[in-house]
Amino acid sequence: MNLTLKIWRQVDAKDKGKMVDYKVTEISESMSFLEMMDVLNEQLVNAGEQPVAFDHDCREGICGMCSMYINGEAHGPDRGVTTCQLHMRMFKDGDTITIEPWRAGAFPVIKDLVVDRSAFDRIQHAGGYISVNTSGNTQDANAIPISKQAADTAMDAATCIGCGACVATCKNSSAMLFVGAKVSQYALLPQGQVEAADRVRNMVAQMDLEGFGNCTNTGACEVECPKGISLDTIARMNRELMKASI
Amino acid sequence: MALDSKIPKGPIKDKWTDYKNHINLVNPANKRHIDVIVVGTGLAGGSASATLAELGYNVKAFAYQDSPRRAHSIAAQGGINAAKNYQGDGDSTYRLFYDTVKGGDYRSREANVYRLAEVSANIIDQCVAQGVPFARDYGGLLDNRSFGGVLVSRTFYAKGQTGQQLLLGAYSAMNRQIARGKIEMFNRHEMLDVVVVDGKARGIIARNLVTGEIERHSAHAVVIASGGYGNVYFLSTNAMGSNVTAGWKVHKKGAYFANPCYTQIHPTCIPRSGDYQSKLTLMSESLRNDGRIWVPKNLDDVKAIREGSKKPTELTEDQRDYYLERRYPAFGNLVPRDVASRAAKERCDAGYGVNATGEAVYLDFAASFERYGKEQAKIQNISNPSEAKIKELGQEIVKAKYGNLFQMYEKIVDENPYETPMMIYPAVHYTMGGVWVDYNLMTTIPGCYAIGEANFSDHGANRLGASALMQGLADGYFVLPYTIGDYLADDIRTGKISTESSEFEAAEKEVTERIEFFINNKGTHSVDYYHKKLGKIMWDKCGMSRNAEGLETAIEEISALRKDFWQNVNVPGTSTEYNEQLAKAGRVADFLELGELFAKDALVREESAGGHFREEHQTEDGEAKRIKEFQFVSAWEYKGEPKDAVLHKEELAYENIEVKERSYK
Repeated sequence: MNLTLKIWRQVDAKDKGKMVDYKVTEISESMSFLEMMDVLNEQLVNAGEQPVAFDHDCREGICGMCSMYINGEAHGPDRGVTTCQLHMRMFKDGDTITIEPWRAGAFPVIKDLVVDRSAFDRIQHAGGYISVNTSGNTQDANAIPISKQAADTAMDAATCIGCGACVATCKNSSAMLFVGAKVSQYALLPQGQVEAADRVRNMVAQMDLEGFGNCTNTGACEVECPKGISLDTIARMNRELMKASI
Repeated sequence: MALDSKIPKGPIKDKWTDYKNHINLVNPANKRHIDVIVVGTGLAGGSASATLAELGYNVKAFAYQDSPRRAHSIAAQGGINAAKNYQGDGDSTYRLFYDTVKGGDYRSREANVYRLAEVSANIIDQCVAQGVPFARDYGGLLDNRSFGGVLVSRTFYAKGQTGQQLLLGAYSAMNRQIARGKIEMFNRHEMLDVVVVDGKARGIIARNLVTGEIERHSAHAVVIASGGYGNVYFLSTNAMGSNVTAGWKVHKKGAYFANPCYTQIHPTCIPRSGDYQSKLTLMSESLRNDGRIWVPKNLDDVKAIREGSKKPTELTEDQRDYYLERRYPAFGNLVPRDVASRAAKERCDAGYGVNATGEAVYLDFAASFERYGKEQAKIQNISNPSEAKIKELGQEIVKAKYGNLFQMYEKIVDENPYETPMMIYPAVHYTMGGVWVDYNLMTTIPGCYAIGEANFSDHGANRLGASALMQGLADGYFVLPYTIGDYLADDIRTGKISTESSEFEAAEKEVTERIEFFINNKGTHSVDYYHKKLGKIMWDKCGMSRNAEGLETAIEEISALRKDFWQNVNVPGTSTEYNEQLAKAGRVADFLELGELFAKDALVREESAGGHFREEHQTEDGEAKRIKEFQFVSAWEYKGEPKDAVLHKEELAYENIEVKERSYK
């Protein structure tokens, strides 16, 4: 199929940036979206132009590196997938596709479609861990039984890949789904109880400091999350925060 | 230089304990004055960084991704082995050790593997303490699965995302140390050289991938944890950025490179669909428990299927060749990875491949639908169930076991694997070879270490499933933190290493000149053009089966391609900005050297072992033939061009395991 691409081009963080039109031809339906971008870039390089910069790495939906806002949706029109898992059969011959970077004050653009998500790392530094040394001298792994349900629910929260689709989707650029997922994982496990109060306070404080917005319960984040992280995690984080402040 | 593996004396079960009792330690006050650089933040690098920082060293960690959490360990699916014997099924340290050495086709180092098995149980304790949500049973205790090549259930898992959860565990341990200021994290940075001062590794030259700035970083020791080099084939299950550069740079500065030709080609991946393909996706090995692998018996049917005039489901049983069941009646579809991959290639080379590229075989679940369906009909007391009902009941069972994999397949291929058999083909997945290390995990450059997939380590010529995660975390959490202390004990009076020395100057100059060359060359072909060409040579001539003639041709072709690359490569943009093409150019340049050494290593190894299959060395019925004289590690010394590399042999002795033939008939 033949497509028109409207892509955000921005030289660096200081540049104002603009949308630029490109044409790609003979795109196969079985290509992934990023392979279509590879075709465009090969075309640009061969024409002596600068290729479009975009983040990507594992190309199997787990590293969380890819991050495109496609036709107004994080990771494009399909559900439960990252951009690297999105296939061109979701589009039609002759389509015009708009491709933008994540838009959020806390995620400044580095170049073109590449944004700086280090704010997520800094929130994790503030408390996204259990304070245990890696000496190997911990107690036996089976010493504390954990109910299957708690382990499974913790796993559902821990499955977050930190891509930032929730922030990009949210009209308030809120990071609550991301932070809620990490807080939930530890809140559901006995190992995380000892420092639960400090953890939630510190992570939420850092989240606010980074300039993320607040949650107004729209739920768009849950819809766009490629890993199906539930809004329940936000509710749990709020409960944890409440508990920590009384 | 003679190779000294520094294996401690004494019985194998006491070696590690005795070793730890007698090494030099660095007192906590002195650790504050010692810096360690760790390149890579996957399971090995992440766990090492966290542990070294906890011990008190100042760690500088480097990742090319935008966060340590994105290293490719994150993509590991199945699980992690540990000799816990929670199932009471007879597992032990010895049995894990034995399975690993045998699985590696008797080409790994006994003492290292035993230590790996010994510390494996601790890994699970550690990860649970960190909050890794491993799967549990209804009693609240940890659950286990079984994996290929073993007779016990020792694999711990977190859904199909075990690698992700273990990496996030190591990442959380790093975060705690980053918050304390004990780890300084350099994201979006790539190591471009190691700096050797007075014969010791004392730092690296790194490039900031956002600004293009070239930076000097000094330390008392350098740890390479940069993963494997499967991307030398262009197409693999590795991440797009996975590369050999860190390992190759230390090789060029004096570290020997071991067994480059040992590659794991995984049998069950989704086949290529076209020339634009950038990456291959693995379908878990567990599918072979219930799927039967076949191709049509007649070439006419193959042709009809490729043309679309016939569907695979229309072929009767006697028109199908279940070639694994035919060749290996004892193990059938569950032969080890190397054997299954070669058998698929044999059929496709003979013209029986079932897709447009001719490189695909069927993985068919119809028999399982029927078997499970009939069983369910009995259980549910349905008398005289229709065929459709049996299929429906059977599909429900298969869906419960592998639903997510079937869904993933459908997303990529756009075919419903419940209605038509899956198509699969082998793909490059893991590299057993890597930088040579001694028992201390130190390379032949003093003060330079290699851990995880980056070293040649513990898997011999073939790795067993669920053992890569085990090795990465064992090296990083429990082995390196001890062994590196023994070396650093001599450095307590050294003081800060200056970055102003002539050695740093020279290394930086070399790096800068190479970058300027790429930018100024303005050639005619893109970096990917060369990478794809290299990948094709590697796949065709150094892939699942190899022969002397092909390998000799590969050496010539790679050498010519490298020459062409250095004349005609085109890298757009400048060196002082975010420039992915530039970063890729450097990586492909190194792959073009490694590829040739790889072929040379495969040529010299005149035997078949594990993932290395030489057509000249097979039994009458086409099986791999190991040869006693090759019971050694090939460690290559850099001497300029890959063709001039000098071979050093580390003889392998098996004192605790009897070396036997592997047969799956």
